Amino acid sequence: MNANVKGVLGEKLGMTQVWDENNKVVPVTVIKAGPCVVTQVRTPDVDGYSAVQIGFGAIDPRKVNKPQAGHFAKAGVSPRRHLVEVRTENASEYTLGQQVGADTFEAGQFVDVVGTSKGKGFAGAMKRHGFHGLRATHGVQRKHRSPGSIGGCSTPGRVFKGMRMAGHMGTVRVTTQGLQVQSVDTERGLILIKGAVPGPKGGLVFVRTTSKDVLA
Amino acid sequence: MNILDDLDSVSLRDVPDFRAGDTVKVHVKVVEGNKSRVQVFQGVVIARNGGGVRETFTVRKVSYGVGVERVFPLHTPIIEKIELVSRGDVRRAKLYYLRDLRGKAAKIKELRDRTDS
Repeated sequence: MNANVKGVLGEKLGMTQVWDENNKVVPVTVIKAGPCVVTQVRTPDVDGYSAVQIGFGAIDPRKVNKPQAGHFAKAGVSPRRHLVEVRTENASEYTLGQQVGADTFEAGQFVDVVGTSKGKGFAGAMKRHGFHGLRATHGVQRKHRSPGSIGGCSTPGRVFKGMRMAGHMGTVRVTTQGLQVQSVDTERGLILIKGAVPGPKGGLVFVRTTSKDVLA
Repeated sequence: MNILDDLDSVSLRDVPDFRAGDTVKVHVKVVEGNKSRVQVFQGVVIARNGGGVRETFTVRKVSYGVGVERVFPLHTPIIEKIELVSRGDVRRAKLYYLRDLRGKAAKIKELRDRTDS
């Protein structure tokens, strides 16, 4: 495990473009990072591993149940909507209640972004798995977007598990690895990340130091 | 959304008011090795596409009998300045039909007195 993994929760604001120092257009996703607070520090002695738990997002204190309220009270912070753990060896360097924001990262760093992808509803095999469908002509009748054969006949006499078929698509946790930080605006708490990140505008995203060793 | 607009406003530059049909001189910075010089691309604006920071415009000229079109991002830093040479009297926003015309037919009538600006 990497010794110095950093992470911050934030909200995806949307995409735009900026020009870099070579006057090339860079597509960027703007993420409003934080403000997050450290709610718990996991140590190998107590928990068996070391990590930092951070909280993000406002929530009505009345909506927090007693066990959770106690958890936040222990850290001495007001309740937050989302909690996430960052597995890092140097977790002991964090203190309870410490603020974590956009300044966690700096321009040029590589990060992984975790989000919940946009829901696509019940999608066919072409959209969901990239199947090519059947032909448009040559006698194909009303089957242009169908998946085709899904298996044999009396042997095996069933459809194999995991057969790629139509079904619900999207609204799953997606991680995009190895994205580069274009710039960081600490005043407004913004992180500009080169390229697209999973999820809709206003969606919760988790930005973390990349797990790809070649980029770290 | 306001934050994004705010972010974009940094990249926005002052550009003259022009539209399709106008003839413009675009002064483009060209970097060769470590030297930088300015190249002028003069032609007719045949389209403006998009909006905000990602708006682009297309300039068409005929060079040695060959049509040359160049698409510039409106707010790109490589443009030193955009000079308006003349205004054109056209009825459409996209002048793609000019690609099929040559010679006198491809000429755009100059607009004499436009009320605005």
